[in-house]
Amino acid sequence: MSINAIITGASRGLGRALAVELARAGAKLVLVARESAELHAAVAEIRAAGGTAHAVAADVGDKEAIHRIAGAAAALVGPIDLLVHNASTLGPTPLPLLLDLDCEDFERVFEVNVLGPFRLSKVIAGGMALRGRGTIVHISSDAAISAYPRWGAYGVSKAALDHLGRSFAAELGELGVRTLVVDPGEMDTAMHAAAMPEADRAALARPADVARALAVRIFEQRFENGERISLGGAS
Amino acid sequence: MRAASAPRARGERRLLLLDRATGSVGDAQLDELPTLVRPGDLFVVNDAATLPASLPARAPSGAPMEVRLVRARDDGRRWQAVALGAGDWRTPTERRPAPERLEAGARIEIAGLPATVMELSRTSVRLFELMFESETDEVWAAIYRRGRPIQYAHVPEPLALWSVQTAYAARPWAAEAPSAGVPLDWSLLSALRARGVGLAAITEGAGLSSTGDPAIDAALPLPERFEVPAATVRAIGEARARGGRVIAVGTSVVRALESAAASGELRAASGETDLVIGPGYRPRVADGLFTGLHEPTASHFALLQAFAPRAQLEAAYAHAERGGYLGHEFGDTNLIL
Repeated sequence: MSINAIITGASRGLGRALAVELARAGAKLVLVARESAELHAAVAEIRAAGGTAHAVAADVGDKEAIHRIAGAAAALVGPIDLLVHNASTLGPTPLPLLLDLDCEDFERVFEVNVLGPFRLSKVIAGGMALRGRGTIVHISSDAAISAYPRWGAYGVSKAALDHLGRSFAAELGELGVRTLVVDPGEMDTAMHAAAMPEADRAALARPADVARALAVRIFEQRFENGERISLGGAS
Repeated sequence: MRAASAPRARGERRLLLLDRATGSVGDAQLDELPTLVRPGDLFVVNDAATLPASLPARAPSGAPMEVRLVRARDDGRRWQAVALGAGDWRTPTERRPAPERLEAGARIEIAGLPATVMELSRTSVRLFELMFESETDEVWAAIYRRGRPIQYAHVPEPLALWSVQTAYAARPWAAEAPSAGVPLDWSLLSALRARGVGLAAITEGAGLSSTGDPAIDAALPLPERFEVPAATVRAIGEARARGGRVIAVGTSVVRALESAAASGELRAASGETDLVIGPGYRPRVADGLFTGLHEPTASHFALLQAFAPRAQLEAAYAHAERGGYLGHEFGDTNLIL
């Protein structure tokens, strides 16, 4: 069965790798990210390989952008069966201590990492529920479970995202919509480099490998509704 | 009937009941809907999302105008549309200045993108086909960035797309909200499910309700895109088999279902429909209709007469008027069963 999917934060890192992987398996993709050359390069890469992909340039943390994303996506590929909340922000880097974090920066982290996913699920999951099928994936982090100095805003937002996924699972499971929370582990990405510039990149997982493992789980629906899984990335 | 002038929550909406068999009229709250239908009944909804179909545009001379998208003729570059003169919804459509006269082949600007006027309708020179010159992705981005939901003078505040979507919208086909379904939130839909009522979907590109151009308005409803999927045909068959009734949520659902049953038998179908349902038409698929309360002059009212005689409808509307019911897209609701 063909799958119509939206992936946010799809211009680089895990989001881009997952888009490539899903497109290779035949899914029709809508890649969402803020306007950038990387976003269009990601779409071009998928198309060059024979896949179907469209770019929607938008900021998921902007409420005004939500219908722009959902509407354009459904117009371009059809009703959405798979929504991957991958976009996220660390907030200011170098990562500040919570006591030094500006209130507005904390708000912005929540807009992107929690409110954006809620709003997008709100306008897309109803259609899934009506059709009796759909999958919503929440890309989380180890920081949602363990508290680390300087990771406060990000960790708190990811803990909230985890619970958003579980709460939707509790409400939508009987309607055929399933949610998954994924801790991809530590990967060699631009975001990781921004947070931990001193890390040994050789010890980090490659986004493409993590994406492959996740794509299999999604296609085979190999997860319990509302489950939180950890994937191969180093941690 | 007084028009509701702003979006309203489910809990504020009333439900006017009309019994087709007896003509009796009753009052209820929308929240009571699950107790007013029977286990085994099936609600069929329109899952079309509402487009930001009102777009700022410039005529060939550069004069500002408004273009209202009616329906996509392909994947999003070619559209049927209506031109309105300068101004916005705050001026009643019939008092809007006429737009500059368009000619086939003329180049105009819509939502900041160049487009070509492909042909003018024989109905009116204000009804035309246009082709955007940009790529599809860029066209959709511009429509959603620059467009606004179509609205009318009885709603003074600008509407956000958030307030004109149903809770299950999936495909942006509707020029105007399939408004009957807008008050059905998931709490109410879940209560219907718990009662043993089924839920199935069609998609229908509900079009404009008024343009202010008498020639176009006399031709409404224009042809619209529709799709009735096999799963819904099955669900209707199963509802029938168990003795349940098929209740259409909105006139767009009636149009889609009846179009798919045009051969005499309901079949999965998609395409465009020019079927106009009015007095004397006997619906083959829908046994009942859940809808909004609209002006008795509108084409909406003609469709209702496929479900109940005009005299019954007029009596029901008179009752609603006396009872202070509100009309139009954010108004109260009506169950004809």
